[in-house]
Amino acid sequence: MAEVVMRIWRGDSEGGEFQDFPTQVSEGEVVLDVVHRIQAEDAPDLACRWNCKAGKCGSCSAEINGLPHLMCMTRMDTLPTEEPVVIAPMKTFPIIRDLVTDVSFNYEMARRLPPFAPKEPGPDGTYRMQQIDVERGQEFRKCIECFMCQDICHVIRDHEENKEHYAGPRLFIRYMELESHPLDTNDRRELLREEMGLGYCNITKCCTEVCPEHIKITDNAIIPLKERVVDASYDPVAWLGRKILRRTKKTATEAANYRTDPKTVKASQ
Amino acid sequence: MAEYEQIDFDVVVIGAGGAGLRAAIEAKQRGLRAAIVCKSLLGKAHTVMAEGGAAAAMGNVWSEDNWKVHFRDTIRGGKMLGNWRMAQLHAQESPDRIHELEAWGALFDRTNDGRIHQRDFGGHRYARLAHVGDRTGLELIRTLQQRAVALDIDVFMETKILRLLKNPSGEVSGAVGYHRPTGKMMVFTAKSFVLATGGIGRSWKYSTNSWESTGDGHALALWAGADLIDMECLQFHPTGMVWPLSVRGLLVTEGVRGDGGILRNSEGQRFMFNYIPEVFAAETADNEAEADRWYEDHINNRRPPELLPRDEVARSINAEVKAGRGGPHGGVYLDIASRRSSEFIQRQLPSMYHQFKELAGVDITKEAMEVGPTCHYIMGGIRVEPDTAASTVPGLFAAGEVAGGLHGANRLGGNSLSDLLVFGRRAGMGASDYAESRTSVTTVDSTEIERIIDEARAPLAREGGENPYDLQRDLQETMQNLVGIIRTGSELTQALSEIDALKERVPNVSVNGGIAYNPGWNLATDLPSMLSVCTMVTMGAIERKESRGGHTRDDFPKADPALGKINFVQRINGSGECVVTPEPLPEMPDELKALLEEGAH
Repeated sequence: MAEVVMRIWRGDSEGGEFQDFPTQVSEGEVVLDVVHRIQAEDAPDLACRWNCKAGKCGSCSAEINGLPHLMCMTRMDTLPTEEPVVIAPMKTFPIIRDLVTDVSFNYEMARRLPPFAPKEPGPDGTYRMQQIDVERGQEFRKCIECFMCQDICHVIRDHEENKEHYAGPRLFIRYMELESHPLDTNDRRELLREEMGLGYCNITKCCTEVCPEHIKITDNAIIPLKERVVDASYDPVAWLGRKILRRTKKTATEAANYRTDPKTVKASQ
Repeated sequence: MAEYEQIDFDVVVIGAGGAGLRAAIEAKQRGLRAAIVCKSLLGKAHTVMAEGGAAAAMGNVWSEDNWKVHFRDTIRGGKMLGNWRMAQLHAQESPDRIHELEAWGALFDRTNDGRIHQRDFGGHRYARLAHVGDRTGLELIRTLQQRAVALDIDVFMETKILRLLKNPSGEVSGAVGYHRPTGKMMVFTAKSFVLATGGIGRSWKYSTNSWESTGDGHALALWAGADLIDMECLQFHPTGMVWPLSVRGLLVTEGVRGDGGILRNSEGQRFMFNYIPEVFAAETADNEAEADRWYEDHINNRRPPELLPRDEVARSINAEVKAGRGGPHGGVYLDIASRRSSEFIQRQLPSMYHQFKELAGVDITKEAMEVGPTCHYIMGGIRVEPDTAASTVPGLFAAGEVAGGLHGANRLGGNSLSDLLVFGRRAGMGASDYAESRTSVTTVDSTEIERIIDEARAPLAREGGENPYDLQRDLQETMQNLVGIIRTGSELTQALSEIDALKERVPNVSVNGGIAYNPGWNLATDLPSMLSVCTMVTMGAIERKESRGGHTRDDFPKADPALGKINFVQRINGSGECVVTPEPLPEMPDELKALLEEGAH
């Protein structure tokens, strides 16, 4: 048992302040356990999100002592207890209440992403893919959408105005996942350059450092995406290849306009 | 007068796990105005916690596999209590549902010839679980979520439904709820509704379930007059974490055993060989050498006893611990470290590796995990018509964990994810058919809406009452201690009176703070569902005087063949009382019965 003060931000979009909760910590507890105990005993209206309590759903993201963490995966015994443990909501998103923020920016950016456009399946109606070819995409599909990479990214953390035209690391790994997907046929490279602000990222790797799934966001997604976008726009060899193959690169608008039409989808029997 | 926003759709789906998403996708693909209403953010539903995989007899690893074997395994694993038609549809349609996910972007692990890889799991004769490492639920929910976004389905996130509304002719026509971030009251009207709200595990102290699993759908259906069946059939997963206390109950995937992990007691004995039941003796290895050979050769060897169905393994662990052969924290040892290479473990079970390393400080590639049973899944649920997923109330459909029937008295691992897909789609079809042919009005009674809203808001206005968290804690203690893995008549009766006493305390619950994102108030509005559902589980458990699957009675330790042909139907009768009525199981056709008779190979 250790004595510790939890300093938790309380308030809403109008403003607020930190409130101290002195508490006892038992062996093996994580930050979320302590927050739950405060809820149950002292402040039933203390707002926080959580679901799985096992690092799998990405709901309980917060800034613990100044850095984004999942509250359910941060053990109390890894934090200094001489000073209060400071828990604040993610800064990049508007506050709803206490530790809960409005993360709808991320859902909006997901909505603006041109969806998966698969090629035709094989003669038996199924697809063949090799393990080595799916592994790149699988790394990005480990993402639990905690949005901590979005929170730490200075492009939107310090510049609200960039949110209009910057998809952010969470979505960049989704673009890279589709870019490397063995079955996808859409070409979103111009869209990434023109409307999703890929160029704003100056590869400081903050996103990679906070990723609870240890996805190499910068090295395996953002940098390769930047290379592919540059190739698409300026590489003379690629340009020549397109000429010879008479294949035109999709413009941002063409990529964006690819939508799934529910009526034309082959009804699955 | 209470203010609320009213929105109209063709089909409204309540719940955004696998079943809810799949149902909404089906309705939207049909061109209907479909909406999803869910208690958390999109993509956070409990489906993300599913680890091992989705069972589907694709025959990619063992070409001997087919739907008939899957059907047989499901019915036998469910201790003959399952609905034959649901089990048939499930076994026949699962492969298509998995392939469909690939066409929507899912990336499953592959076989050497580029097909979907399948892993071994308890109770399945062949390696049958399509998977992505041990994070299959995440893959499934993300794929469906991205499909739903691509189809532009309306999603009302963080919205809790309090009650369903019927029109004067008795068809479900509306749902009243509130938006958690703002507290704004909402009324959804639609031609049909699909309940896909998942499970009830929140009412037990040690559970794999999240806060959302408060049985809302079971209760909404019950209050609307629908039948539930076999609510006493509750699955305790054999392997939950036991230490540290803060993570007690957290799921340890069956994939650990499917990939070679074994169970030992404190004396180092591989004890599962002592607990092989007669019914599975012909297909279970009785010595370690044969069990170990099975991983490479399923045809000439019988399966290890660690891969018996979950109810058998959970009871065995319980018995070992009771006999004093447990570990220091009241569990037994699950060992894969001494059986497989570190690389293999980290590739096949990355999230287990992660979970133990970060939460318990245990490296599962070097040491054994200490594990014990934890409340995991309810087999019972809303009674549905198998082909359409229609409940017994017109306009109301149900799919996934909230629906009963498919899994009988015990669910096989991996059958849940495929259940979500098969019956999520069927519920979407059933609800769409209903919506398209419905001619009656979806008028709802504003007086009733106001009454529901006033009742929900009452704890905010009350002062000096009870803390809702205290009620939740007391309910969890009652259910854990008295309606747990091993039950007995006197304790069940005591549980029922304790639940009744808790119900008396509900009208005195008060919460401070405002209506916007107030977890205390949110919990206060969950309590009525939790208490209604716990009543039904307990009443069913009292009535079923036998031990079958997930329902074990100390005072009736054997299965009763007569009760094996009975569903306990649970409903609220005309005078508002909860009643339990035995009804015969639908009779299985002879050609399907013949499938059950076949030998072990």
